[in-house]
Amino acid sequence: MIQMPPPDASVLAQRQAIVQALRDALPGAVIDDAAETRAYECDALSAYRCAPLAVVLPSTTEEVSRLMRLCHDLRVPVVPRGAGTSLAGGSMPTEDAVIIGLSRMTEVLEIAPGDRLIRVQAGRTNLSVSGAVDGLGFFYAPDPSSQLACAIGGNIAMNSGGAHCLKYGVTTNNLLGVTLVLMDGSVVELGGPMGEGSGLDLLGVVCGSEGQLGIVTEATLRILPKPAGARPVLIGFDSSETAGACVAAIIRAGIIPVAIEFMDSPCIRATEAHAGAGYPDCGALLIVEVEGTAAEIGEQLTLIRDIATRFDPIEFRESRSEDESRRIWLGRKSAFGAMGQMGDYICLDGTIPVTALPQVLAGIGRLSRDYGLSVANVFHAGDGNMHPLIIYDANKPGDLDRAEAFGADILRLCVQAGGCLTGEHGVGIEKRDLMSEQFAPADMEAQMRVKDAFDPDWLLNPAKVFPLEVSASRRERRLNRPADAA
Amino acid sequence: MRPETEGQLAELVRDAAAPLSIIGGGTRLWPGEGQGERLDMTGLAGVTLYEPEALTLVVRAGTALEDVRQVLAAEGQMLAFEPWGRQGSTIGGVAAANASGPRRVQAGAARDALIGVRFVNGQGDVVRNGGRVMKNVTGYDLVKLMAGSRGQLGALTEVSLRTAPIPPVAATLALADLDAAAAIPALASALGGPFDVSGAAWLPGHGALIRLEGLAASVKARVADLTARLSVFGTVSEGDPDAWSLLRPAALSHETWRIVCRPGEAATLLAHLPAPSSLDWGGALIHVDLPVDCFPELPPFSGHARRISGAEPLVVPAPDPITARLERDVKSRLDPRGIFAGAA
Ligand SMILES: Cc1cc2nc3c(=O)[nH]c(=O)nc-3n(C[C@H](O)[C@H](O)[C@@H](O)COP(=O)(O)OP(=O)(O)OC[C@H]3O[C@@H](n4cnc5c(N)ncnc54)[C@H](O)[C@@H]3O)c2cc1C
Ligand SMILES: Cc1cc2nc3c(=O)[nH]c(=O)nc-3n(C[C@H](O)[C@H](O)[C@H](O)COP(=O)(O)OP(=O)(O)OC[C@H]3O[C@@H](n4cnc5c(N)ncnc54)[C@H](O)[C@@H]3O)c2cc1C
Repeated sequence: MIQMPPPDASVLAQRQAIVQALRDALPGAVIDDAAETRAYECDALSAYRCAPLAVVLPSTTEEVSRLMRLCHDLRVPVVPRGAGTSLAGGSMPTEDAVIIGLSRMTEVLEIAPGDRLIRVQAGRTNLSVSGAVDGLGFFYAPDPSSQLACAIGGNIAMNSGGAHCLKYGVTTNNLLGVTLVLMDGSVVELGGPMGEGSGLDLLGVVCGSEGQLGIVTEATLRILPKPAGARPVLIGFDSSETAGACVAAIIRAGIIPVAIEFMDSPCIRATEAHAGAGYPDCGALLIVEVEGTAAEIGEQLTLIRDIATRFDPIEFRESRSEDESRRIWLGRKSAFGAMGQMGDYICLDGTIPVTALPQVLAGIGRLSRDYGLSVANVFHAGDGNMHPLIIYDANKPGDLDRAEAFGADILRLCVQAGGCLTGEHGVGIEKRDLMSEQFAPADMEAQMRVKDAFDPDWLLNPAKVFPLEVSASRRERRLNRPADAA
Repeated sequence: MRPETEGQLAELVRDAAAPLSIIGGGTRLWPGEGQGERLDMTGLAGVTLYEPEALTLVVRAGTALEDVRQVLAAEGQMLAFEPWGRQGSTIGGVAAANASGPRRVQAGAARDALIGVRFVNGQGDVVRNGGRVMKNVTGYDLVKLMAGSRGQLGALTEVSLRTAPIPPVAATLALADLDAAAAIPALASALGGPFDVSGAAWLPGHGALIRLEGLAASVKARVADLTARLSVFGTVSEGDPDAWSLLRPAALSHETWRIVCRPGEAATLLAHLPAPSSLDWGGALIHVDLPVDCFPELPPFSGHARRISGAEPLVVPAPDPITARLERDVKSRLDPRGIFAGAA
């Protein structure tokens, strides 16, 4: 079980006054009714919940600034929230915290095709950013599977990735600038043309800071011309090891497809039962997608076929139509949903060096037997970002604890193999207490000093990312200091 | 001072009583840099790990850029961000300068290829961030913060980089008749279509230059399509493939300025400046030589201009007060004693 620190009693005691002050600051935007705040109790890590003190939904940067200054002066912690799809508990509130949600901030502010950029309010959903430039022949590259729901501000806070990041990179590689509201209410523009400001790359450290350095209210994003076309192939193998070796061989041959997705047999079977995509029943499969004109696609696929043939594939299925392409992606896209049918699941996202794939998969298999819990693997193979899904039964006493312990062991395995705890979902509360597996005290101290510079009182999303005992002295400093205005 | 291990370096920093200047090859210091006692990083050299099939290179910061190039080329790979350097430039200097060449428009900057760092902060503590995998959101991304920090936050001892395959074929198209301002819409048109452009620049005597790279049939097809598209801007011819290596301000004049702007702002800025020595990144990067202390009044624009040679450091416009305060605070927290004085 993941622990949260006890709420600040002095804040709870002031509850009514705080809500009133928020209402005075932003009439019509404050929610504190218990029935309505329930929707904000958790994010997609739904095993953990807590009602916030209040929720406020501002519409402009100026309003966010006003709210932040108020919370700062009242010494009330703030949890920023986009769409609440975090899988790490990043946007889960605490009882003493005000949620500042960006769901009303969805405007497109500027589209400059000549400069290949779009500027949006940070509550806008990922998919609708691409939607706004689609007619101009452009798209926004990072495409998390949650892209229909998740917001750009959340993407920036988590530095989210997607299926196509092998070629296009993750959020940080496609972010040119942000408007950031600091905890004290001050507003700052970071980044610039090419994502470059004139000094330190503060934009680079804000991206991925999990809502702990400031609230992003506006973002300037790089947009790319849409490729002429894209085509996936499906390649089935007898074992995970062979599939892994084929991935390495493709990359070694100098081919960087836009995506290389991997599914193991438990995952293939589950998705077949659920979505009936017509996948072969085999040890592991790859979906490799290439882009370009018909001639370019043909040229790349010929090379990929030559390489795959060396690994005796059970099947090499080349899509010849839109419909066949859709069917090849269908199973991959419904994999999480299919797992949901099998039971409750925990989705991990540790990354490993691709060269360690066989060894880590074997290790996960061993752990699965030891814990008596099944696990399915579906992941971005080109970049080593794994997504083991551990199936458990939330109604069975002790099963969640066991699943969490199993998950922690998998992540330890990833770190030991030279990888990391999380490749795209973020630390949040979920992996907070495992940080010490990957980082020495001095490594975390350096990160926390950056937060000290942005948020000296540790009011912004304070109980996340760093193990509670590691951040304790900083978080508790605030409790010993009286509020300015209260 | 020339430490040969990270441990020695940490001890040196801990014992330092006065500011140190971190120097890699010393091949491109900015005005104001190199003032304190020199901390020579070239003793920390050598490849720690190279896995071509994982596109990963881990290398000590003092390793010569040229050595890195050779190690990668032997496996058909390269640094996609195309850093520039001279005899002696180090990979740590490249990372600390975020030095990025023409391919930035396609493959990103040094900061985008940098996936892990080890550095010694101002208190002599060794700090690790990132790692050797390309997808990693564990904790804050201090890797980006260190990229381009020019030795102000700490001394890099080791960097991990994402490598890329060397494309088998490259083609350069030129619109030789275009002046710098006229080149910008042509470059924007190329970058705005599905051509996977890997270089979009302008050079005096060469005109607008556009590079396409990849597999043979693909490059051929894109060259044909792009030539057709660009013909409205002027005569499209085969460009000099060596022109890409001329894009740097190799010999700095008394005052060389580096201007970063939106391409859409470049033409207006150019109207206020003498002819530039180069444009890169589709017009987002302008290099121009000016007489001493003659930087003109420019209309407001969204980027900045920096004097990269000359007596005193100067950035126009000056950073806003809140950004300046944040930068100062980050610096003073990672280097409380001001050991890494760095440039202003
Ligand atoms: C001809 C030429 C043209 C160039 N053109 C460009 C260009 O157009 N764009 C561009 O971005 N760059 C350009 N550069 C910059 C150059 O590519 C990089 O700055 C780098 O290669 C210099 O390496 P160095 O080891 O000589 O660094 P140095 O010149 O020694 O140092 C450069 C900066 O990095 C810091 N530094 C060096 N090593 C470390 C370390 N280990 N840890 C922390 N800080 C360190 C120094 O303090 C200094 O601030 C050019 C360089 C040359 C020689
Ligand atoms: C089915 C499913 C599939 C997913 N697939 C992927 C995937 O493929 N790749 C991937 O990377 N992730 C994936 N995710 C995880 C999640 O969607 C991402 O982390 C996403 O970026 C979160 O965005 P959000 O708007 O929902 O943020 P929230 O969950 O609301 O918040 C996430 C974090 O960001 C902070 N935050 C939110 N908005 C702001 C802001 N404006 N300023 C500052 N901080 C802010 C919050 O405090 C919190 O720490 C998936 C999640 C689900 C449920």
